[in-house]
Amino acid sequence: MRLIVPLQGVVQGRGGLFVGSLIPCCLFYFLQLYLKRRRSPPPPPPDSDSTELPRTSSRSSLFTRGNSIGRVRVSSRAAPLAKPPDSPYYIGLERVKTDPYDRVSNRDGIIQLGLAESTLCFDLLQRWMSDNLMESLMIQSDVDGGFDVSSIAMYQPFEGLLEVRVAFADFMSRIMGGNVSFDPSNMVITAGGTPAVEVLAFCLADHGNAFLIPSPYYPGFDRDIKFRTGIELIPVHCRSSDNFTVTVSALEQSLNQARKRGSKVSGILFSNPSNPVGNILSRETLHAILSFAQEKNIHVISDEIFAGSVYGDKEFVSLAEVAASGDFDKSRVHIIYGLSKDLSLPGFRTGVIYSFHEDVVSAAKKLMRFCSMPVPVQRILISLLSDTRFIEEYMAAHKQRIRDKHFLFVEGLKQLGIPCAESGGGLYCWVDMSSLLTSYSQKGELELFEKLLSVAKINATPGTACYCIEPGWFRCCFTALADEDIPVIMERIKLLAESSTS
Amino acid sequence: MTRTEPNRSSKSESENSGGGGGGTTAMRVIVPLQGVVQGRGGLFLGSVIPCAFFYFLQFYLKRNRKNEPDSGEPIPNPDSDSASPDPTRSQSVGNLTELASLPRSLSRILLSPRLSGGAASVSGRASCVIKGGDSPYHVGQKRVEEDPYDESGNPDGVIELGSAHTTKMDWVSEDPGEAISDGLCMSGIASYEPCHGLIELKTAVAGFMSEATKNSVSFDPSQLVLTSGAASAIEILSFCLADSGNAFLVPTPCSPGYDRDVKWRTGVDLIHVPCRSADNFNISMLVLDRGFYLAKKRGVKIRGVIISNPWNPTGTLLTRENLYALLDFARERNIHIISNEVFAGSVHEEGGEFVSMAEIVDTEENVDRERVHIIYDLSKDLSFPGLRTAAIYSFNESVLSASRKLTTLSPVSSPTQHLLISAISSPKFVQRFVKTNRERLMRVYTELVKGLKELGIECTRSSGGFFCWVDMRGFMSSYSEKGEIELWNKLLNIGKINVIPGSCCHCIEPGWFRLCFSNLSETDVPVVMNRIRKVCETCKS
Repeated sequence: MRLIVPLQGVVQGRGGLFVGSLIPCCLFYFLQLYLKRRRSPPPPPPDSDSTELPRTSSRSSLFTRGNSIGRVRVSSRAAPLAKPPDSPYYIGLERVKTDPYDRVSNRDGIIQLGLAESTLCFDLLQRWMSDNLMESLMIQSDVDGGFDVSSIAMYQPFEGLLEVRVAFADFMSRIMGGNVSFDPSNMVITAGGTPAVEVLAFCLADHGNAFLIPSPYYPGFDRDIKFRTGIELIPVHCRSSDNFTVTVSALEQSLNQARKRGSKVSGILFSNPSNPVGNILSRETLHAILSFAQEKNIHVISDEIFAGSVYGDKEFVSLAEVAASGDFDKSRVHIIYGLSKDLSLPGFRTGVIYSFHEDVVSAAKKLMRFCSMPVPVQRILISLLSDTRFIEEYMAAHKQRIRDKHFLFVEGLKQLGIPCAESGGGLYCWVDMSSLLTSYSQKGELELFEKLLSVAKINATPGTACYCIEPGWFRCCFTALADEDIPVIMERIKLLAESSTS
Repeated sequence: MTRTEPNRSSKSESENSGGGGGGTTAMRVIVPLQGVVQGRGGLFLGSVIPCAFFYFLQFYLKRNRKNEPDSGEPIPNPDSDSASPDPTRSQSVGNLTELASLPRSLSRILLSPRLSGGAASVSGRASCVIKGGDSPYHVGQKRVEEDPYDESGNPDGVIELGSAHTTKMDWVSEDPGEAISDGLCMSGIASYEPCHGLIELKTAVAGFMSEATKNSVSFDPSQLVLTSGAASAIEILSFCLADSGNAFLVPTPCSPGYDRDVKWRTGVDLIHVPCRSADNFNISMLVLDRGFYLAKKRGVKIRGVIISNPWNPTGTLLTRENLYALLDFARERNIHIISNEVFAGSVHEEGGEFVSMAEIVDTEENVDRERVHIIYDLSKDLSFPGLRTAAIYSFNESVLSASRKLTTLSPVSSPTQHLLISAISSPKFVQRFVKTNRERLMRVYTELVKGLKELGIECTRSSGGFFCWVDMRGFMSSYSEKGEIELWNKLLNIGKINVIPGSCCHCIEPGWFRLCFSNLSETDVPVVMNRIRKVCETCKS
């Protein structure tokens, strides 16, 4: 019988028995030595109170005040957070804050194309708010008909009032084509899409596990998911030749490579409509991803926060619908939604976790003590979302206006000879500026980003920040622009292009 | 204890291990684990144990690797993998395991998953969160939710004396229209705004905090970070101050919420430092010191101490001397102080002087200020829990800038911010509000203590906060934690009142209960007393 000694694998062959025993002994010795060294001067045994008392007081009087004691340190995980950001996405956002463009007062400022927010339908929202805001908050008391302050002020269930969950369920099924219904009891309301992603990630994966994520992906995920949960994101590279649509074979390859490296993959995370490209995953693709996940026994998280901002001809299909259609194990399907994009209410910080997994829902409910939605906001949303006439009107206008703006923006770029990826949803487009690159590399792309920011004064998110492997792509959000801003941008890009070619 | 100098020993060790560990007797031989296996046989045991450990480790790793559902498909391109060399596993090991396990894993895959698919499991840490629901704290809360007391509607329901769900808010009801509509104008609520608070709100909060501390110290708005609720404020601070596996010292009895706020997601541990009834539950530096040493001995790194002021659950105020001593302690050990001052505005004792940690460090040098972090809760002092707004006030620039970024994960929404700005910007309103709140708390507290005394029940003197800490040791069937839970059960089921037993607050002496009186009005007090009397009678008979 073969004798197995420690470290057998490493010291295979002759001498294995001897070396295999020696190495661990040495390692242990050094470990012990190291620990001994590190141990500070031996603490006085705390049990002998009478003898200890005078000593501590003398020590403290020696030690304290004026004596140079090192500064107290923050945790090593907070230290990188405290530093200024190094992702171009955040650098750009910061730079815009210092010198924002304004049509009237600061015409030379930086134009923001980096933040996916929409001002297209503010007029409609404004009207609704001024008509209904007070009513939505002024819940009449049952007893005396007066204002019932406890309806907004009291502690309520962390996961959201039942009314608000019902309203969300209706609203989501409406904007997702009406073919799918959502169960309010599977739903948890959070204070924003960002916390929703984090809480879900926390529930599905342990520290050190990984999610597969088709890249290019939304640069904010890096911060939202990795920061506190310690989960790794493994980009699955998609290419322009497939219009950046993920394939199962690419997923499979990344999964195998990750497993070989020893990291445990807990799930797949993707956004649909995709952020930053804006394309929509077909029913077949979703079907394929889901069967793949089932085969590998991993979770699927679909970020559908742009579901209502679909303006193209292609139909949006929710993962919930696909999960319900086939004989899939639904418990691995989780959906993230929010109103920041579709209802242009980023300030409200509304997010939704929808999960078919009972344990995930109950864990998320408990974690809501850290990021629950304030009750006054819930009250406003209940009346807003239940006003179906307004919602119909708003959604129609929202889609139409994005479509128009998208057309203007893409057309402008086309005239400059700059193409965009085909897209059908989202508040942005994915622009191929590789013709403006000085060198076809990541370095060239970052140079162009810097030039756009400081010379042309435009903040667009470079593909590098989104982990795109092909250099030269930029995400431009166009929904916060007025029609008359678009020629200004085109003019600036044109000047930049001319200066770089000459 | 024989403690050998490490310098001398390292030399002798290297010689000896080279020679295969011969029996040199004159020179002392140091082997691994010497400390454990002191004395005769040390050489032998000290070598065998680590070897055995290593063997088992390797064995364990091997086992685990096989368990992983290694995909049976032919690996598409093994060459591409070698492009990224893996430092931890040598080529030969990789080959070996593959050879050995390939046929086996294939058959296993065919046998098990695929078709049945196996349910997707949640993460280990999430299951810890799910499990946490069976402590008395949660059981009681559930009962209250199911069957809440209502003076007219449900006079037999359970009265909530467990946690602070204040119902008595005078401020919004006085003038709701103005307070709300002033705050919510469309331009303000819909766009992205800093999650950590608008500067107007920070200024207002700083003013409010100064008012709550009776203007003894002024707060700098730029040192404030707003978060959604005190729970997330504590969590963010824990995350910033300690790494996973580190710990905070917490003098007990402490707030039952820390177990969730600190431990759940950050991986930071809590080390409870017991205070006793003999000291009136005051913290002494001696116990803190002892807790610190014990933790250090166990190899746990202490990164800070969490205190609350006014103390939750006892309601004691920390004196200036207490605070200076704490600061000295923290300085000496080079650790942080988290001062939880969520009840600062609720000091109800006549003449009770609340001293904020901010006031203590105001005069100190920077090095010391940097270790102090204060948590303040607006929803508590404004009696508006539904608002869920709290603040971190820190003197440490790194902590502030990290916290600001983390607030995207627990943001304060714009409508809330504007609502608060309009509510607390007026100093006159704030003054009046703080005053009425104090007077109301004082009245209920006095009534309650009087009632309890008539039943022969003592409680510690509470000067601030919503709680009093009640001594019911006399009514327990046995002086143990079991007796305490029994009594708590009786209070809940017979008396129909929900209180928090001391064990939830990690009090080491059984028989103490936390009673929250902020939910009560003076007229409710007799009802509560009757119910307690009923329980007491069953205990005595």
